[in-house]
Amino acid sequence: MTFLTQVLNGLQLGSIYALVALGYTMVYGIILLLNFAHGDIIMVGAYISWVAMASLGLHPAIAVVLSIGGCALLGVLIDKVAYAPLRNAPRLSILITAIGVSYFLENGAQLVFGADAKVVPAFVDAPNIVVGDAHVSVIAVITIVVTAVSTAVLTFLVQRTKLGRAMRAVSEDMGAARLMGINVNTTISFTFAVGSALAGIGAILYSMAYAQATPTMGIMLGTKAFVAAVLGGIGSIPGAVIGGLLVGFAEVLVSAIGLSVWKDAVVFALLIIVLIVRPTGILGRTMNEKV
Amino acid sequence: MANEKSTNVAGARPEGATATRARRTLSTPARYVINTILVVAFLVIGDLMVSGGAISRYQGFVLQQVGIYIIMAVSLNIATGYLGQLPLGHAGFMSIGGYSCAIFIIRVSEAIGVTSQDFINGTPVCGLLFVVGVVFGGLCAALSGLVIGIPALRLKGDYLAIITLGFAEIIRVVMLNIDTVVGFELTGGAKGLIGIPPYTSFLNVFAVVAISLFLIHTMMKSRHGRAILAIRDNEIAAEATGVNTTYYKTFAFVVSAFFAGVAGALYAGCIGVMAPARFGFMKSIEILVMVVLGGMGSMLGSVVSATVLTILPEALRAFADYRMIAYAVVLILTMIFRPQGLMGRYDFSLGNVIEHLMNGELPWARKKADKEADANA
Repeated sequence: MTFLTQVLNGLQLGSIYALVALGYTMVYGIILLLNFAHGDIIMVGAYISWVAMASLGLHPAIAVVLSIGGCALLGVLIDKVAYAPLRNAPRLSILITAIGVSYFLENGAQLVFGADAKVVPAFVDAPNIVVGDAHVSVIAVITIVVTAVSTAVLTFLVQRTKLGRAMRAVSEDMGAARLMGINVNTTISFTFAVGSALAGIGAILYSMAYAQATPTMGIMLGTKAFVAAVLGGIGSIPGAVIGGLLVGFAEVLVSAIGLSVWKDAVVFALLIIVLIVRPTGILGRTMNEKV
Repeated sequence: MANEKSTNVAGARPEGATATRARRTLSTPARYVINTILVVAFLVIGDLMVSGGAISRYQGFVLQQVGIYIIMAVSLNIATGYLGQLPLGHAGFMSIGGYSCAIFIIRVSEAIGVTSQDFINGTPVCGLLFVVGVVFGGLCAALSGLVIGIPALRLKGDYLAIITLGFAEIIRVVMLNIDTVVGFELTGGAKGLIGIPPYTSFLNVFAVVAISLFLIHTMMKSRHGRAILAIRDNEIAAEATGVNTTYYKTFAFVVSAFFAGVAGALYAGCIGVMAPARFGFMKSIEILVMVVLGGMGSMLGSVVSATVLTILPEALRAFADYRMIAYAVVLILTMIFRPQGLMGRYDFSLGNVIEHLMNGELPWARKKADKEADANA
């Protein structure tokens, strides 16, 4: 019984990390930017849900649409305002800008909503399913299914559509892609929109599981998801999923054997070991430096 | 020494009158003397102002923090600006230095019966304890820098950033969970390490700042410093010209960790409480922001931006709700309009400024002087 529950917990947590990691991976893949603000986009998504349901009393389905749409829009807006002017600047400058955006969102949320946690109402009212003598949480099942579907859709988008091909081309060589007639800026904006929409989905799944929104909730979630993305090999979609699940399972496992205070350390230790053995992550490509 | 300087200047004068374009220069000892005098004057005046009450307790506290963050920023600048890497775990070294120094001083002062009051009065034993404690903190951090640096520096760019972030988080979790090790009270866990004697003052913090800046500056002017800069500019070319890149990368990383540990040791004494939560990921980022905003590779930039960014949030306390937003906006705007940082790679040298003045080369007259020099040549 406990084994099945733990596996489900691991899958649920891992799925959320995987979704967020996908957002990191997409943005990194296209403009080589560690988007520090990604975790905070999740936080904004959770607040949108809270406002929609708790303050405006809207139907959960509308809240879901608003959250995902709001996050996608926010992602594009951040790119246009903060990152687009710095396309040709040193990479560290863009990184610092991302940190600035992250600060801005966190403190903005704190100013608007206050520092205390807001309770996000339940999206679905579902009892646990009883399988044999194990209680299976419906929310866990929803989380896993939604993640699987999102990953499948994303893979289709990137591998089979014209926009996906443009994204891969820009990530390969921005200059050459421009010469081939690809509108680089639109493609980057689209990538941000997709990545942030995934963050919006992640926000909803996270609020379903933990039912609260705080201004700083994105920091640890974002950092762990980022670790997951690097673990799997940043820039790779299956890598992000594998990394997310690995991080989720590692956390659940460490908590299950009663060492929950060490779980963050275990996640980072896992990252370090993987990076030392495979410097570009599990599924990462190695890039040769030209002299 | 002071005489030597004046004779030098005087000796240059008739020469300048006869041979029209002989450039007057300051000898290196003269430069050291001028700088030493200014630093000592700064320390003495500051100390007098603190003891005389012209600087309030609160202001003195903020000033000590300014000093601590200057060391933090300049030490991170070694790894970022000079070596060209991006470590995101600088706060981890700070916490190791802080904890090891604080625990050392608490234990030793208990053992030899020194009280907090002795530290405030500044007895000689306390002075010795301070020096040993701060160096011990630095060495502990340097050791951890070595342990972390050897595997981390095999990676490049963002991967190096993320692995150092990972190490710093592990350090934080370890500090959180080793409150008692086999019955020996160590870090105090989540509630923090309390009862740290107030072993810092304006005088000793800024004396350490001056010594640290001097050591880092001279290191960067030496052949070791040039090797580090060569690695930054092009690692492969540096290796081809015979620079042992692995050795120098590790060396720069360890020196950077050492000074972060020194700053952490001062921090522990200044704040009086050590808690792991203070040394999270955001602290590392805060310090990185100081370095990048000031201009990577510019010591002056690090010093100025560490000073401004430490005082600014304190000065804006009246607008507490908006200050962090303003901070974020300033950060974004600076990066958009000045991506190379406020100072770029410019560094200030008082000696050079004096030399320019001695030769009558004022900033606004520079162009004219250059033209004349060209014409003469």
